[in-house]
Amino acid sequence: MTPILEVQQLRKHYGPHIAVDGISFAIPAGSCFGLLGPNGAGKTTTIEMIEGMTRPTAGTILYKGQPPGQRFREECGIQFQHTALMDYLSVREVLQLFARMYQHSVAIEPLVQQCQLDSFLDQRATRISGGQRQRLLLALALINDPAIVFLDEPTTGLDPQSRRQFWALIRRIREAGKTVILTTHYMDEAEQLCDELVIMDRGHIIDQGSPKALLKKHFQHVRVCLDRKDFTLTAEQLGEAIIETANDIEILSQSIDRTIDTLRQHQVPLTSLRVRNPTLDDLFLKLTGHSLQEGEAS
Amino acid sequence: MKRLQALQRFFAMLHARNLEFVRDRAALVWALMFPALMILGCAIIFSGNSQRLLTIGYLGTDAAAAQAVMPSLPEGSIEWLAYEDLSLASTRVRYHQLDLLLDPGQQRYWVNPESARGKIAEQLLHANGHTGWQSQWIQGRAVRYVDWALPGILGMNMMFASLFGVGYVVVRYRMNGVLKRLRATPTNAFEFLSSQIVSRLILIMLASTLIFIGCDWLLDFLMLGSYLNLFLVGVLGSMAMISLGLVISSRTDSEEFAGGMLNLCTWPMMFLSEVWFSLDNAPAYVRALAELLPLTHLVAAARSIMLEGAGLVAIQHHLLILAITTVVLTALASMLFRWQRD
Repeated sequence: MTPILEVQQLRKHYGPHIAVDGISFAIPAGSCFGLLGPNGAGKTTTIEMIEGMTRPTAGTILYKGQPPGQRFREECGIQFQHTALMDYLSVREVLQLFARMYQHSVAIEPLVQQCQLDSFLDQRATRISGGQRQRLLLALALINDPAIVFLDEPTTGLDPQSRRQFWALIRRIREAGKTVILTTHYMDEAEQLCDELVIMDRGHIIDQGSPKALLKKHFQHVRVCLDRKDFTLTAEQLGEAIIETANDIEILSQSIDRTIDTLRQHQVPLTSLRVRNPTLDDLFLKLTGHSLQEGEAS
Repeated sequence: MKRLQALQRFFAMLHARNLEFVRDRAALVWALMFPALMILGCAIIFSGNSQRLLTIGYLGTDAAAAQAVMPSLPEGSIEWLAYEDLSLASTRVRYHQLDLLLDPGQQRYWVNPESARGKIAEQLLHANGHTGWQSQWIQGRAVRYVDWALPGILGMNMMFASLFGVGYVVVRYRMNGVLKRLRATPTNAFEFLSSQIVSRLILIMLASTLIFIGCDWLLDFLMLGSYLNLFLVGVLGSMAMISLGLVISSRTDSEEFAGGMLNLCTWPMMFLSEVWFSLDNAPAYVRALAELLPLTHLVAAARSIMLEGAGLVAIQHHLLILAITTVVLTALASMLFRWQRD
């Protein structure tokens, strides 16, 4: 199937600083495609080059096999990471304004229902909460019934409940057959929403694939966790690799049954035992030597 | 079809900007109150008689020859003004801005028979032994300072409303990402800039008309020309000034820098465009500099219509300069325009 969007050898330099260093990928139509990485990885620069907001230093971007033009502008919906809206306009008026900017736009009422805007429709757009604001910005991204929707860190700063509400909205957009391109530094968000991921660090793609395939490719074990105070063995005695964290011991287990048998044989208390599957954060740590959160801090 | 869509986007942005302005109560009150208070203040401050004794003009540049005509008066009791242009000097006599105009070389003078101060000046001339000079009458109603200052104050208000109103809004939109969000739609720079020009123009003309009507009702201004012509001058002058505001705000994302640039443009215009005082006696280079400023042409054209009853032909050079300024600066603003911060 022809991808809806293709990026080839995309590069962006700001003086001597290389923000994006020759990345390539293709996005199938109707999928949710994620760019995962810490702040500064080059996700926003990449998505803004595709959106046409930032001029690439080099590389090719193709939308439906053609360089993006006016048709792309009509058919894409964008939610930026940082956006203000006009002062003194209500949520309804902002929706009406943006609806009139497109050749084809959806009716306001169903969009209001879909994005749950009805309770604050007549409030000023600059005086609504963070979660409400993100839902309004999503509604603006959907107002032209786009074929492709760009969401740049859409849940950053939201409380857990608002994030989950937002995830449900994104799933519904995907179910409606739209292509979603999402940047995030939340591994759970990427795992929950994305069919396909590129993992970025310092302007490079370090791996690419579906979340499940990536985890399967890089991890053949599960993690058996115990409180540190309960664990009295060495890795040699256990016969498996272990990772020590502040309070826990994580055993990289090839077989849970065998690991538990070994622990029982050595009379290790199992009251604190937990089994954890590897996450994308573990994958990121394995691939880069630093976690997503460390990358953010740097 | 494409044009219809462009018009739809233009009207959408125009409507949104108008709503913003009308709902910003502080800005709205300021836009109406500031010029009205200035005009009323002028009327009150300058309603009394002038402190000067007499103002006498003379043709040519020989000040000593002119002052020798009336040696009997104490030094400093007469304000002497030199004129090279007889028609300009005659206008000053007509509207009581000059009490007497002398031409010592030809031994003739001009006086307004409706001016009491003109009659005193004429008697003083005769008392100094110049009874044989040829006299000519120039009749006309007295122009109070407030009549003279009104076009300047209205023009100044248009200048501030245009430059700061558009300049700050565009810079603020750029800083907070509103422009970037608009850029993500199919709109283009020309549609956005046009909507800003027209929105501001409507608001300025509406406010100026209200101020004019209100102050005219209170102060009964001298208005000899056509209201329609005056409106046209206001439209062209505002558009020229809005275009200047768009050029200033076309690239910067700093409100401080934009504020500095806007002040750099407005202050010279306030002093050199004959808002508060005439440049008749200013050095030639100052008058030449003033000719480069759009406010000079707006005020001069408005003043000609109001005080002299000038028609469009008489002020066509001002209109042409304002129109050219608008076209050139709008094109420049479209070329320089940047949607977002670096």
